[in-house]
Amino acid sequence: MHRRILAIGVCAAAAVMLVAGCSSSSKGSTGTTSTSTAASGGVTSSAPAVSGTVTVFAAASLQGTFTTLARQFETAHPGVTVKLNFGASSALALQINQGAPADVFASASARNMTQVTNAGGASPSTNFVKNAMEVAVPPSNPTHVTALADLAKPGVKIALCQAQVPCGATAAKVFTNAKLTVKAVTLEADVKSTLAKVELNEVDAGVVYVTDVKAAGSKVKGIEIPADVNASTAYPIAVLTKAPNSAAAQAFTAYVLSPEGQRVLAAAGFEKP
Amino acid sequence: MTAPRPGGSRPRRPRASQRAGRTRNRGPLLILVPAGIGVAFLLVPLIALLVRAPWHGMGRLLSEAQVLTALRLSLECATAATIGSLALGVPLAWVLARSSFPGLGLLRALVTLPLILPPVVGGLALLLAFGRNGLLGRYLDHWFGLTLPFTTPGVIVAETFVAMPFLIVTVEGALRSADRDFEEAAATLGASRLTVFRRITLPMIGPSLVAGSVLCWARALGEFGATITFAGNYPGTTQTMPLAVYNALETDPQAAIALSLVLLLVAVIVLVGLRDRWLRAGSAP
Repeated sequence: MHRRILAIGVCAAAAVMLVAGCSSSSKGSTGTTSTSTAASGGVTSSAPAVSGTVTVFAAASLQGTFTTLARQFETAHPGVTVKLNFGASSALALQINQGAPADVFASASARNMTQVTNAGGASPSTNFVKNAMEVAVPPSNPTHVTALADLAKPGVKIALCQAQVPCGATAAKVFTNAKLTVKAVTLEADVKSTLAKVELNEVDAGVVYVTDVKAAGSKVKGIEIPADVNASTAYPIAVLTKAPNSAAAQAFTAYVLSPEGQRVLAAAGFEKP
Repeated sequence: MTAPRPGGSRPRRPRASQRAGRTRNRGPLLILVPAGIGVAFLLVPLIALLVRAPWHGMGRLLSEAQVLTALRLSLECATAATIGSLALGVPLAWVLARSSFPGLGLLRALVTLPLILPPVVGGLALLLAFGRNGLLGRYLDHWFGLTLPFTTPGVIVAETFVAMPFLIVTVEGALRSADRDFEEAAATLGASRLTVFRRITLPMIGPSLVAGSVLCWARALGEFGATITFAGNYPGTTQTMPLAVYNALETDPQAAIALSLVLLLVAVIVLVGLRDRWLRAGSAP
């Protein structure tokens, strides 16, 4: 019995070493590939002949626009595949800091970008757009919300983003500006989940980005927030230091910042930074 | 008393094969190595949780109001979900084990579907059924002004949906293997069907009932996907421990680890408490 337990223990230890060996060797190989691509990217920076896959981690609110941008970028650079991963900026920042193999990070707030740059995960970022908040209600508008102040009324069910997510932090700023106390029934993980609760008519109102209301079309009704109390968040974009394909990452970032990219973003309702 | 005996003899069998295995220790290396990797694979993440735990700040992290609120909510909801599962699940297990009608097999498969259904899908399904615009939810809202999403009862509904099949499967297995002679004897002696169920059947499946309840409770305690989808996430009303862990991960990873340790501790207690019974009852069906 003891001998068997010992044998299993030895095997377990061997397995740990095996796994550790695997990870260290793979780390070594990705390290070399990233330096080589970085070098080639540096040499041919004027006319980058990019190829391979570029992985872009982008805020949930960029889902529509970045999908379009990725498709256009792929058309402009045959042989390049853009892989997109959307989520709450805070969650994406965490994933990047934990070693997720991403090339580009487009955050919905400076705060989440700073989390990555502070950890040494990204080169200095550039703000590429700005997004303001808007109230979204279901088309039936069951509790007759017509203004921002209606959100403070009792009996109005409201979905907000969590405070650590940019849309939650920016919505909180709006409420502070308007001197309103708003109690939500749910704090969602990202802006698309908040919007979904409105679309499903499970809440009476949600506070989301202007661009989300626009993208949702007739599925929700937007109620504008007066400019004097509205708040907005700036979106920074950066190439990650450990980008496996930094040449393509730089090209994609440049494309987002280009007049062509900015046109797509402006059409979706984003403002200039 | 007849039921535990065959089960009790079961662990003796591998012990005999162990003795035989000792003589050919080198033989199954092909089996032992992947088995060892399997052990490491399952245990290393848990060890990592212990190694990285903020032992010094543990007291402070766990005594924060929001943590205690989430813990209390989790315990209350899991207990309520277990009571709900007992009330509906035990009669359902009896029907599945003791009656026969066309479509019984299909019914059993459907009832245990949440066991393998991704909980997020379960949560979405609940939203479409009991949400404000749901199949049934619209009438609940219209007639009684009752809405389940984003409320504590909503958490209980989500947890019951996901955890009840664990109880059903365990109890049904026990009902099937229980000796029916006693029930028949009681019936011939004039006991009503309800008396037979209450005085004979229930005591006979007692251990499995306990095991199934604990399993159901533990599953409810750990519920995440269906809860966040159906009941939302709000501290104090719907934010249970697993949701708090998920939230804390983005703001305070140390707190997330501390909260995870609490859930790990509960899991270990459940496992120790159920030692052999759980494995046997769980593997029977």
